[in-house]
Amino acid sequence: MLDKLEEIKKEALEKLADINVSKGLYYWRVHYLGKSSTLTGILRSLATLSIEDRKTIGAAANRLKVLLESQVAAKENALREAHLKTATQEASIDISLPGRPCPVGHLHPVTQAIEEITDIFASMGFQVAEGPDVEWDYYNFEALNIPAEHPARDSMSSFWIDAPPGEKGKKLLRTHGTAVSARVAERMEPPIRTVTPARVYRYEATDATHLNIYYNMDGLAVDRGITMADLKGTLYEFVRRYFGPRRKVRFRADYFPFVEPGGEIAIDCIVCRGAGCSLCGNSGWIEILGCGMTHPDVLRRGGIDPAEYTSFAFGMGLERLPMLRYGIDDMRLFYGSDLRFLRQF
Amino acid sequence: MKVPLNWLKDYVDVTLPPAELAQRLTMAGFEVSEIITTGEGWANVFVGRITAVNPHPNADRLRLATVDLGGEQETVVCGAPNLTAGDKIAFARVGARLINPHNGRVEELKEAKIRGVASRGMVCSEKELGISESHEGILVLAPEAAVGAPLSEHLGDTVLDVDVTANRPDCLSVVGIAHEVAALTGQAMHIPEIEYAETGDAIEKSIDIAIEDPDLCPRYCASLITGIKIADSPPWLQERLIAAGQRPINNIVDITNYVMLEYGQPLHSFDYQQVLGRKIIVRRAAQGERFYTLDEVERTLTGEMLTIADGKGTVAIAGVMGGLNSEVTGATTAILLEAASFKATSIHYTSHTLGLTSEASMRFERGISTEMTLPALRHATRLIAALGGGQVAKGIVDVYPGKKKPVPVRLAPAACKRVLGIGFSRDKIVRTLTALGFACRDEAKNLSVTAPYWRSDIKQDVDLIEEVARINGYDKIPATLLADTIPPQDPSPEITLKRRVRRALAGYGFQEIVSYTLTGLELLSQLDPDAQPPQSPMLRVVKPMTADQEYLRPNLRAGLLAALAANRRHEDGGIRLFEIGKIYVPQGDALPAEPELLAGILSGARTESSWLGDGGGSYDFYDVKGSVAGMLASLGISARYEKSDDPGLHPARQAAIVVGEDGASLKLGVLGELHPRVAANFEIEDSVCIFEIDITALAPLAVAHRMYRAVPRFPATIRDLALVVDSAVTHQQVVDIIAGFPLVSQVRLFDVYSGQQVAAGQKSLAYRLVYQSPSHTLTDEEVNKVQEKILKRLGTELGATLRG
Repeated sequence: MLDKLEEIKKEALEKLADINVSKGLYYWRVHYLGKSSTLTGILRSLATLSIEDRKTIGAAANRLKVLLESQVAAKENALREAHLKTATQEASIDISLPGRPCPVGHLHPVTQAIEEITDIFASMGFQVAEGPDVEWDYYNFEALNIPAEHPARDSMSSFWIDAPPGEKGKKLLRTHGTAVSARVAERMEPPIRTVTPARVYRYEATDATHLNIYYNMDGLAVDRGITMADLKGTLYEFVRRYFGPRRKVRFRADYFPFVEPGGEIAIDCIVCRGAGCSLCGNSGWIEILGCGMTHPDVLRRGGIDPAEYTSFAFGMGLERLPMLRYGIDDMRLFYGSDLRFLRQF
Repeated sequence: MKVPLNWLKDYVDVTLPPAELAQRLTMAGFEVSEIITTGEGWANVFVGRITAVNPHPNADRLRLATVDLGGEQETVVCGAPNLTAGDKIAFARVGARLINPHNGRVEELKEAKIRGVASRGMVCSEKELGISESHEGILVLAPEAAVGAPLSEHLGDTVLDVDVTANRPDCLSVVGIAHEVAALTGQAMHIPEIEYAETGDAIEKSIDIAIEDPDLCPRYCASLITGIKIADSPPWLQERLIAAGQRPINNIVDITNYVMLEYGQPLHSFDYQQVLGRKIIVRRAAQGERFYTLDEVERTLTGEMLTIADGKGTVAIAGVMGGLNSEVTGATTAILLEAASFKATSIHYTSHTLGLTSEASMRFERGISTEMTLPALRHATRLIAALGGGQVAKGIVDVYPGKKKPVPVRLAPAACKRVLGIGFSRDKIVRTLTALGFACRDEAKNLSVTAPYWRSDIKQDVDLIEEVARINGYDKIPATLLADTIPPQDPSPEITLKRRVRRALAGYGFQEIVSYTLTGLELLSQLDPDAQPPQSPMLRVVKPMTADQEYLRPNLRAGLLAALAANRRHEDGGIRLFEIGKIYVPQGDALPAEPELLAGILSGARTESSWLGDGGGSYDFYDVKGSVAGMLASLGISARYEKSDDPGLHPARQAAIVVGEDGASLKLGVLGELHPRVAANFEIEDSVCIFEIDITALAPLAVAHRMYRAVPRFPATIRDLALVVDSAVTHQQVVDIIAGFPLVSQVRLFDVYSGQQVAAGQKSLAYRLVYQSPSHTLTDEEVNKVQEKILKRLGTELGATLRG
């Protein structure tokens, strides 16, 4: 009987070695370890043997069973590994082929600029205030110390609306975002800190650096104890955040009817860094915004007592900022809706 | 304003190099846009004196000029008509680099033989030297020019081109800028006394001046000079005018221009013989009056324009331009010289209504001080007497109905700190203001400050504070951040909403565009299938610049379609665009409503074609509906889609976007495929789907923070339901019924079929129903019971049967 077991062992291991597909393992298992296998027969017949034989043969048969089972498991594992190896090799792909297209949309660069700038000011406590595009003469001009026939109106040629005048003068397309600040001063109570993105309109010819419809970004702060130093600090911080810490900033006196004292902020030229070039008109500086301490008469018209409160205001051409930052040389590109331009942002 | 430094030096010592001076002026509010240096390129050009002029042996129109250069002489060929022996001129030696007047290029002067005569050098014109455009004759220099000296020593100058802000008309002058320079650099002003002899009769005998409209003319001053001779101005005067950018004309006109540039007060010279009736009347024009101005253009005046008239009629448009009828000519022998003040707004009105601006109107409309008239008039009178000969009548006529006492402004020294954030000592304030010509007087704790007579812009204390700040420099102001009382922050829900919408749409592959808010009828008409202009009222601008910017846009659709059509010229494949912007709706006398809209467009191929295949098909109704539903879902809004009748959209493939239940329902907008004829109007061949949503109406509906709902704890049971219904039955009708049953947590349509497998006039709809209970695992019996009820109700209400 022991010889028989030895025979089974030899034959089974030889057959197992020859198997190279997993299906073969199934048949091998049925044949050598299945219910009707010789080994199973021997194990079943143990009861009919003498106690002595039962001990030796039983032990040998069980050893053989354990051996065969472990060998077939090892073989099975080896076959699986081999199969996986070939399968993954066969499944190799050209990773340089393009991926499935996924549609990508972008926000307009002006939207991005508005959001970024309003976020910078929001972090300093300014919230967005808005106003109408079609405005009364009063808010656009009169309330801002620009009465009829004032020369400042010449630099802001207007699109007037074909409609009879109303309680607050004629209707026009606002020429500057400061019109909204005039409304804010009237409708809000101090403390006020607002920033206003506003589409503005000028009756002027357009070219690469001038449009007749474009955006302003205006700001207004009203409170007790606000000074020109606060104005300077706020705007320097804004410039630092938008253009980075390496830009030089110049703050000089300038005139706008609705502020006194008035000022202008310029940065050193992005192209020549102050040496002088065509972008900066050889001055080395690029003006980016006008500002000043809100004129007491303007505050008074807004119902704010200038003896109690001080205020600063600022305004800038919005497109100029992304133009400088991205080196865009033609302002008309913003509103031409050309996807080849817009997709770049 | 062009300020030649040599001229400026008459009034103030210039102690800084030009670039530094320009920088100081710029910082103080007078931006120097350009520093022009004349004489830089004048190497090899010298002052010479013409000693002899002889005919050219071979040419009638050329002559030979012998020029003394101080020790040596050159004889050169010259064609200029004004060659005069004895004149000092600019002589260019061989090697000089001059402008060729024929092509404007700088060229090196070479020895030449002109019609057989050798010529080594040249007598220069202004144009050749780059001083002006004048090339009719040679430049004649002032007699004091030193023969043999480099020309740049005599004529070279640095000119600052200063941008003067609208509040400072006094600085449209050399003296005005000199005051600034004096204050900025700590130098004293040199103001010469103006003295001249009045040898004629009393002026009152010769002229009678009346102001009929003192509201428009607060002051009118005049002097009279008789026996003058019209001639060219002396070279020094011409040189200065040229340096300041003015063209010399004759001694009288040049003097009025010179004094205007020097003092800032415009002057006008009348030919006294042509002032009829020895009378000047300042009055409004007759409505519709016609009048020839100096530039020989006939102007039609309105009754609101101020004129200067004589005994017969108008002789000048006050403050804007003189008349042809009283112009100073070569025959003029007596000058009535006017220095007046006119109301700024009146001059602005006249100048802009006539479309006629002049150096004078530009100054008057900025509101120059009435006190400027007399010094300027006296200065000019002296110059005319000195340079034109003649006798000055005794006295000056000064009609001054608008005289006002100067009002001092009270300034508390502490107010500087309150406004500027940096304090200046009382002493510093006084010194700064005094340097600018202000008079400061102590008034208890405060200062009482009187502005100098030439300043018309000082009204209140902040005006003085600005003076202190700008003269001491804005760079002295510290930079501080606002104190920390931050006002309450209430971000508008609309702004937050717009950010969310933009991001959702960009995430779906939509590109944002921003288009112009002014549009034209041609574009708007394309939106109508029959190409008719819009019927609803729109806002029109009074004087459109172009036909395509005549109306404020009544929709966003036109701009999007135009953008699509434009991009189609260089782009195939799918295009998805959106815009968020205002539209404008007239509201009678009030300002228009400006609701904010969101509109989008999908056109062309649904997926980008690639090596993987193009995924199939063009955008259709269900794409735009899916995009809108997805975007709304991201805001926590679920909408219904109802039949609609937008004429610009495909009649059978459009829907209104509606929220809220019956009774309180609100139409948010519309979506659908574009009407094929509208697409044809825009010459778009691909499929086009659009949507429009009222963002203003959407804002209050958007859910900022949704409440959490528990994740189901018990397993779901899934059942499919294939129904056959009449073709007219909609999916919505079926879903409304199914979703109303308890335990049904989801209903999803997964197939729609009509064709051979179902009877004609019918269709099959297949749904997957998810049953779920929050409290327990459902049994088959429970689910079966509900499903049976659903079927029964679908059968009775919609005639639905189970598909066999």
